Amino acid sequence: MLPCTNYRRTDNILCSATNSRTFPPAHSPRPYAPVANTKLTGAISTIGSSFSVQEAKLKIAVVDESAARAEVIAEGLREAGLTDVHLLVERTGLVTRLTSLAPDVILINLENSRRDMLEESFTLSRALSRPIAMFVDQTDERAISEAVDAGISAYVVDGMRKERIKPILELAVRRFHAFARLQGELAEAKSELAERKTVDKAKMLLMKRRKIDEATAYGLLRKQAMDSGRRIADVAEALISVEALLGDQS
Amino acid sequence: MTHFRIGFLPLVDSVLPIIAHESGIADKHGLSISMIKDPSWATVRDRLIYGQTDAAHLLAPLAIGTSLGLDQTKMTTPLVAPFMLGLNGNAITVSLRVAALMSVDHQSFPDVKQTGIKLAALAKDFAAKGRKLRFAVVHRHSSHNYILRYWLAACGCDPETDVDIIVVPPPFIADALMSGEVDGSCVGEPWSSVAVDRGVGQIIATTAQIWSRGVEKLLAFRKDLLDERREDVEALLRALHEAGRYVSDPANVKDVAEVLARPEYIDQPAVLIARALTNRLTLTRDEAEIPARDFLLLHNEAANFPWRSQAMWLYSQMVRWGHAPGTEAGFAAAADVFRPDVYRSALEGTNAVLPGASAKVEGAIRFPTGAGTVSGRLILGPDSFFDGRNFDPDRPMDYLAAQTQA
Repeated sequence: MLPCTNYRRTDNILCSATNSRTFPPAHSPRPYAPVANTKLTGAISTIGSSFSVQEAKLKIAVVDESAARAEVIAEGLREAGLTDVHLLVERTGLVTRLTSLAPDVILINLENSRRDMLEESFTLSRALSRPIAMFVDQTDERAISEAVDAGISAYVVDGMRKERIKPILELAVRRFHAFARLQGELAEAKSELAERKTVDKAKMLLMKRRKIDEATAYGLLRKQAMDSGRRIADVAEALISVEALLGDQS
Repeated sequence: MTHFRIGFLPLVDSVLPIIAHESGIADKHGLSISMIKDPSWATVRDRLIYGQTDAAHLLAPLAIGTSLGLDQTKMTTPLVAPFMLGLNGNAITVSLRVAALMSVDHQSFPDVKQTGIKLAALAKDFAAKGRKLRFAVVHRHSSHNYILRYWLAACGCDPETDVDIIVVPPPFIADALMSGEVDGSCVGEPWSSVAVDRGVGQIIATTAQIWSRGVEKLLAFRKDLLDERREDVEALLRALHEAGRYVSDPANVKDVAEVLARPEYIDQPAVLIARALTNRLTLTRDEAEIPARDFLLLHNEAANFPWRSQAMWLYSQMVRWGHAPGTEAGFAAAADVFRPDVYRSALEGTNAVLPGASAKVEGAIRFPTGAGTVSGRLILGPDSFFDGRNFDPDRPMDYLAAQTQA
């Protein structure tokens, strides 16, 4: 058990606090776009890790303000055979919930604003039978470093062997990366859609102005793009901007 | 062009690297900087340790704790601090309810000793009724925690038993005061001014009133990075020193405040940020701004010079509250985190003032006093503690002994 009685009132602070601006991790191709569709998580293939019966019983808490990402990570852990996985996505009552849950492992996103409060509560718990510390393995700093790069930190109960934690952490890192990739793809799909709309709008403009058909209009855009070494979508956007500026005067 | 990724928390004393980056000063020194904002000190620390950042705006005691393996990582990662990012800069703010119970002046700064005695008495009163006053600090290993404890202890209450001191990240302090989660806080600007502006708190003291030249944030590097990129690091220190001169020019305050106000930095109104930069605070909403003496020193008096005695005083407080072992070796290790030698070698030949000594008796200067230098003329302002005590870095164990008797 974590003794966190001191923290009960503090927890409520977080319900009114807005989430801090996040910093896109180095591996991320673009800043995170909000993703509401958790169904997409099924699209991530799980790289199976086989856990022994003993490992499967480890109680793992996934703490993340992004419910979608927490679900992606939890799903990966469950698919790999870990059965006791808990999601903590609400901003309120975190320490209290962790206290009653008493997990063996806590996985938390690096950009979570509650980390300092959590670490303080872990420090206070040192006197108890199951103190919690940050997972640090100096013999394999690379594993930790990769986790930090991915945006994860891990806390484990004292005395747990590193061989038991490492595969869990590695799995979480892979899922974290997969989630970022998924978001990248989603953002890409969104921007492709937006580009198609822009091109359509530019085509309509040309058709109206020059009294030409759709295929000719598209041909003009494509030729201009090729001649100027730009993308069709960029030419289309430029055309729309010019139209907005010059209006119907010409 | 050599690049530095610098981690920071949204606080006014992260200003020097931000301005070095934004004003073109870094560029002039052959450097590019990217600033990486995080919402917790734990993450600023982890990014530094694991190489996601090259340097970090860090709490001085946290740098010591991390170097000595005293913090949550339980890992010893040698950090070095060749440059302080400022002296002082924190305010103690209480909820309006507590302020009313204390009946302290809100039109001028009340005497810090009297305020402390009132607060300590109130705290004991509350504790006796079974409902302790609760104070927020930003981290266990923070000067906020140690200065608040120093003040309360010297004013007649026991910070260990008479009050609760908890950790709340700076941006959430105003919320915590508003909801009644905490009764008071010790936090860096602009977060006390945000609480005042929202009408949820009253500033009753500045930490500068408790220790008039208090060690605060520093720029931390991993020791191995300093060794590998010594020349780059020294160029960065020169850029930061120049940024300090720019920031301390009153003509630039408005521009500086507006840069800091941007969403990627502090993301709060420039008018609130300007208060710390001009050493003027508003104690309660709707009152006029009044001078807050020596509230934040960013450049003058060689404020960026890392005195080994500052690290040692912090260590004495870490020992006092059970965060570190009270040994000579511990004091020496803490002092070694601060690197005045690197500061001197970086700024040699510039117009920077270079103190000759690397340590001083903290608290001994009562009046502006000339100090020996390698180059430049240095007048040090008063660095006294409000209770008149001194910390002699040559006799740290005596200080510890006197502390336990007090």
